[in-house]
Amino acid sequence: MATGAVEQPLDLVRLSLDERIYVKMRGDRELRGKLHGYDQHMNMVLGEVEETITIVEPSEQPTEGSIQTVKKNYEMLFVRGDNVILVAPPMRS
Amino acid sequence: MLFYSFFKTLVGQPVVVELKNDMLIQGTLVSVDQFLNIKLDGVRVEDERKYPHVASLKNSFIRGSVVRYVHIPATAVDTALLQDAARKESQQPK
Repeated sequence: MATGAVEQPLDLVRLSLDERIYVKMRGDRELRGKLHGYDQHMNMVLGEVEETITIVEPSEQPTEGSIQTVKKNYEMLFVRGDNVILVAPPMRS
Repeated sequence: MLFYSFFKTLVGQPVVVELKNDMLIQGTLVSVDQFLNIKLDGVRVEDERKYPHVASLKNSFIRGSVVRYVHIPATAVDTALLQDAARKESQQPK
């Protein structure tokens, strides 16, 4: 059956439907959520999402710059595909 | 055309559109088109002090390409239906 064949990279994303995924986006943003839908543009709908925004604050001394992360949660989110860099299974540390 | 159909099912729902310039616009979804341009009614900008020039805005047309996210109520989405549609859509030759 055509649904089962994995031929193109987007077919790999299809395997992650209804699973939690990790999405790296432009603007130092990362999303972790459950994939409910996607298309060839990498537009996506994710459920139970946690967004992590990384902010780097440089200072005059290289040793004193700080990295901060801001986390936000959304119950359901449409993500426009032109912002997406990569999609992967979630990395658990 | 998957997400065009998806957004058509959300017409009438309260949504928040997050733009790429970090602006957050709350409103009721009126219509959407094939480019995922969005029309909203009863618009309220999240941080009104930062964006006073849109304080009197009632309805808006938002170009699809400037959207980063659309925050939607989870209750408005039939996830099983959406997953099924995504599976079928990926099969079609593009």
